[in-house]
Amino acid sequence: MSDQLLSALPGAASEGFVTVAEAGLRGMITLRGDLGRLTFALAPLGLDIPAQRAITQADERSLAWMSPDELLLMLPYSEAAEATRTLQEELRGEFATVANVSDARAVFALRGKGAPDVLAKLCPVDFAALKPGEIRRTRAGQVAAAIWVAGEDEMRLVCFRSVAQYMFDLLTTAALPGSEPCLYS
Amino acid sequence: MLLLTCPCCGVTAEETEFTPGGEAHLKRFGPGSSDEEFDAYMFQRKNPRGVHFERWRHAYGCGKWFIAARCTMTLEVFATYPAQTLEPPAEVIEKIRARRPDWEGAQ
Amino acid sequence: MSHRLSSGGRLIDRGTPLRFSFNGKQMSGYKGDTLAASLLAADQMLVGRSFKYHRPRGVVASGAEEPNALVGLGSGNRFEPNQRATSTELFEGLRARSQNHWPNLDLDLLAVNNLVPQFLTAGFYYKTFLWPRAFWKHVYEPIIRRSAGLGEAPDAKSCDADRYEQIYAFADVLVIGGGIAGLQAALAAAEAGARVALWEQTAHWGGRAPVDGVEIDGKPAEDWIKTTVERLEKMENVEIRLRCMGAGIHDHGYTLGYERVSDHIPGSHGPRHRLWRMRAGQIITATGAIERPLSFAGNDLPGVMLASAIRDYLVNYAVAPGRDAVIVTNNDDAYRTAIAMRRAGLGVVAVIDARADVTGALPQAARSAGIRIIESSGIRKVKGSKRVKGVEICAIDSRGVAFTEQLSCDAVGMSGGWSPAVHLWSHCGGKLIWDEAGHFFRPDPDRPPTGADGRPNLRVCGAANGRLGAVLAEANAAGLESAQAFTPTAETGPAATDTTHDEAPMEPVWIMPRQAEYELRAKMWLDFQNDVKVSDVQLAAREGFQSVEHTKRYTTLGMATDQGKLSNINGLAVLSDALGQPIPATGTTTFRPPYTPISMGAIAGGAVGDVFQPLRRTPMHDWHAANGADWEPVGQWRRPYTYRRAGESRTKAVNREVRNVREAVGLLDASTLGKILVSGPDAPRFMDMLYTNMMSSLKPGKCRYGLMCNENGFLMDDGVVARLDENSFLVHTTSGGADHIHGWMEDWLQCEWWDWQVHTVNLTEQYAQVAVAGPQARRLLEGLGGTDLSRDALPFMGWTEGKLGGFDARVFRISFSGELSFEIAVPAGQGRALWDALLQAGESLGVMPYGTEALHILRAEKGFIMIGDETDGTVIPQDLGLNWAISKKKTDFLGKRGMERVAMQDPERWKLVGLETLDGSVLPHGGLAVLSGRNANKQARTEGRVTSTYYSANLGRGIAMGLVARGTERMGEVLRFAGPKDKVIKVRIVDPVLIDKDGERQNV
Repeated sequence: MSDQLLSALPGAASEGFVTVAEAGLRGMITLRGDLGRLTFALAPLGLDIPAQRAITQADERSLAWMSPDELLLMLPYSEAAEATRTLQEELRGEFATVANVSDARAVFALRGKGAPDVLAKLCPVDFAALKPGEIRRTRAGQVAAAIWVAGEDEMRLVCFRSVAQYMFDLLTTAALPGSEPCLYS
Repeated sequence: MLLLTCPCCGVTAEETEFTPGGEAHLKRFGPGSSDEEFDAYMFQRKNPRGVHFERWRHAYGCGKWFIAARCTMTLEVFATYPAQTLEPPAEVIEKIRARRPDWEGAQ
Repeated sequence: MSHRLSSGGRLIDRGTPLRFSFNGKQMSGYKGDTLAASLLAADQMLVGRSFKYHRPRGVVASGAEEPNALVGLGSGNRFEPNQRATSTELFEGLRARSQNHWPNLDLDLLAVNNLVPQFLTAGFYYKTFLWPRAFWKHVYEPIIRRSAGLGEAPDAKSCDADRYEQIYAFADVLVIGGGIAGLQAALAAAEAGARVALWEQTAHWGGRAPVDGVEIDGKPAEDWIKTTVERLEKMENVEIRLRCMGAGIHDHGYTLGYERVSDHIPGSHGPRHRLWRMRAGQIITATGAIERPLSFAGNDLPGVMLASAIRDYLVNYAVAPGRDAVIVTNNDDAYRTAIAMRRAGLGVVAVIDARADVTGALPQAARSAGIRIIESSGIRKVKGSKRVKGVEICAIDSRGVAFTEQLSCDAVGMSGGWSPAVHLWSHCGGKLIWDEAGHFFRPDPDRPPTGADGRPNLRVCGAANGRLGAVLAEANAAGLESAQAFTPTAETGPAATDTTHDEAPMEPVWIMPRQAEYELRAKMWLDFQNDVKVSDVQLAAREGFQSVEHTKRYTTLGMATDQGKLSNINGLAVLSDALGQPIPATGTTTFRPPYTPISMGAIAGGAVGDVFQPLRRTPMHDWHAANGADWEPVGQWRRPYTYRRAGESRTKAVNREVRNVREAVGLLDASTLGKILVSGPDAPRFMDMLYTNMMSSLKPGKCRYGLMCNENGFLMDDGVVARLDENSFLVHTTSGGADHIHGWMEDWLQCEWWDWQVHTVNLTEQYAQVAVAGPQARRLLEGLGGTDLSRDALPFMGWTEGKLGGFDARVFRISFSGELSFEIAVPAGQGRALWDALLQAGESLGVMPYGTEALHILRAEKGFIMIGDETDGTVIPQDLGLNWAISKKKTDFLGKRGMERVAMQDPERWKLVGLETLDGSVLPHGGLAVLSGRNANKQARTEGRVTSTYYSANLGRGIAMGLVARGTERMGEVLRFAGPKDKVIKVRIVDPVLIDKDGERQNV
């Protein structure tokens, strides 16, 4: 099916004072349960359980703290279905829930020094306080989003798939040349 | 617009990240309860001028419900604490008393 | 006449002339000018007409407090009315026009109002237009709308062509006001290590200090301002911004800043305005003070200005409001204007001072410069019609029956003392005290606004705190203390020393002369913009208005777009005098945000056009859009209402789709349905609490329809539950209900039954879902192959999962149309491909997509309810004949107790029935069954209402459902429904199930 698989906005990108691009399909697995008891199931993936609001990374995978009893495992899309089954198997008998949500989201990459300036127009968040290794769940415009620093001058945002076009339009408008607020950059 | 600290994820955020849920520490009355009990559970709400306990959900954040102890007059937030409790924790009561010595207590 | 001086002007660039137009007349000014400065430079003293009386009006002030010089700016979709010329920066090609006159500014026929002002006294509208009532809409209102008011509203059909945006920002210390106090406060806080933001509403730093000749450390203030701004700009922890007004201070340090990003550079790429949504830990307001006018007859004539404004125009723009001015004052500060005029080589006819024995330093300096001072006097009357020609003088303590002297002049500068700009302090609860020495309200340091922690979060410094001179030390302390709220040990250096001025006290003169006769008081303006005079406030007091808030509303004093920045204290003083009480006893009206009007565009921000609100799109959205979808909003989703073919009407398209599902096979994009995973050892128990019927008995592999009620017992949502395994259920909710129901579940799990082991995961967006419905549905799916979907392998109300034509599918055999029907769920990324594959596989079978309207008709033919149609938040399941879905075995479920209440058991409750018009017509939406007689509210009595009504192409007539009193006991009875234009529609009560009562079609 891979040739017929579509991310929310395949190939969508815009150039402003920040480059906004839909980042394609990304595997995502929701894990709910006592975080301490999820450790053994996640250990084979080389991922530590993140601290409150942290996001840990290992190779192609990352693991984000979503709430006191919820983690989000991000990994290559092609691995998600199998990883879901494995985790469900490993956690059988535990009070834990594993759900493949890879198709439920859209991911955007914001590249450029002004990335926090763009996001500041949409989110009630102090981006000076958002350090690498932290994930912030918040509101972007009128929808829910999760944001983290993905590298030098790069930030990532995840939102629900159905509002991908809305989010892309918001980000593109916020990044229009001439509208630089020069707040964080 | 209030600033609230979610005790479940530790984020201090503005009110638009949260949704309000009304008076906290209500006791549910289901089948078998009297009309008076059910009426009180469904419809009778406190509207104090001063210290109040209310439910909030970090809807755009971690999704968890919590309780805020707040002054309805000055909007001072005395404390926030997780929802899994039947009554305000002792340390919350202490914080309120420190700021409102005349407070008659949660009733 | 007003004119430009040949030299000077600290803010203008004479090398860059700019052309602009006023009422179509070409004029020119310089870069750095405000529009008001350029108009005065061109001797355009008359700039508008007043609100009620259409009196000629000119520029009074030089900043945000201006009441008169409001103009319409721009044209077409960039036209904006009521813009202050005094805070509009001039740019090349600016187009302004004056307001509120007919036919033109110079000849305004509506000025007849001015001849009969006694008709327009306080409360005029309330008193005059009471009778006859019917006259309001067609006679009074159109006339009033024509003659009273400010600028014209922009053309309703044009859409603002500019962009606006909002931005969230954070600071430890926010300083509002970039005068020398604000600069010093920001510097101190920043040096003490705080993260600082500094906003200044104008285009320049330094405020009034350079105009007033302030010296800092022995040098002109300008030098210190320059070096201080440079220092601030270099600091990493400081963010400074010009053209950004502190508009409002709200709870917990939430402060709105209104930045005019590109008003002064039209054609630039950026947004026009930016609204800053700042969260500040500590706030310092250094917003300065506003000079008060004096109340004397004719104080509103063009050419009468605030004394400080005259000084501003002279020093900043080299514009003189006249050649020979009279200055009238009750304080020393106004002498600065007299001296500045004389220095600029202009004539000062006299300074008229209400005080006796004027011997302060500034008056003495004026005397030394040869300026005549007339003590213990006031202006009796200003002479002139469209501009000042002269003044009549009289003794201050008199009735002003006759003048003592006449003076010719072409400008009058007035000064009634200064009022600190306390607006921002007051927005969020800061209280004021009356300063007996200065005769103004100032912030009460003992009753400041407080923040989230209940502790003070606002400080004031400079003139905003009532200080005249020596402001830097206080500002330095304010900055340091604010920073210490974060770092108690923080330190900063000493402040520079600014000059202090010994000024003699002002005399609280509020009207002149003090005992003025009515004739004079009726020409003394308090509120220039709303045309409120001294006599109006006195009349209100006589008529019993004692509360300042009531008087404000009755007279409209302070209710115009300037919010009484000039009139506030003078109005309070006149009211207090009329009531025979001191000013503090009268108190002040409430200051509310915004400080000056902000654009609607800034309030809307970026939420316009395509992103006005989020539109939720399914994975098949693009296909729908390309294939004739007429959209219907369902919550934030957009769903196809129907798919129109070329030349096809909506109705025809719907009928075609409806027939095709019953005769062949249809496809519905059902991706919007809510899908929530409920999982855990206690999931069965939890499901039994959520639903009215028993869910714990559902077997894995099976589906069951269920109802959810709130605690009142009212129906809230419905849908099909699939049991995935022993501990997991997949809950389907209505399209609009997914988020609400997910939140509802989490609420009970987190706040009531937190010891239950249940998880929920909202999987709504993970799956694309397609309903394949119609007699050919199974054949179509068999064409894809992969999973056995035969009647035996997958019976009605069963589900299975596996490959379907290569897709990872979960197939539910459920039906909302009464036909053989399957709902196929695949990961959303495969949704579009599935849709295409189904269309292809069904091509030979006559497959067609169908929209929500066909869905609704098909379910109505079967008598199935729809949440939101048959329910409205007051309907219990029993009203809808759904008793079968309410468990009698369960001791508890949400809503059970609510349903047991007496009112819910009432046999008179309206019950769901089918409604069949005798003539086969379609009943109107929401139609009511009318009884004779009236109820207690004098409305027609009713016994039922339509909840769903459609034309059924399958039955060839109108079909409907409705709630009718004792409806189910009245089968066959004929009711009278109200139709349009008093028409009566006869309707028979029938069974709501109209097609396939035994359910054989869905069971094949």
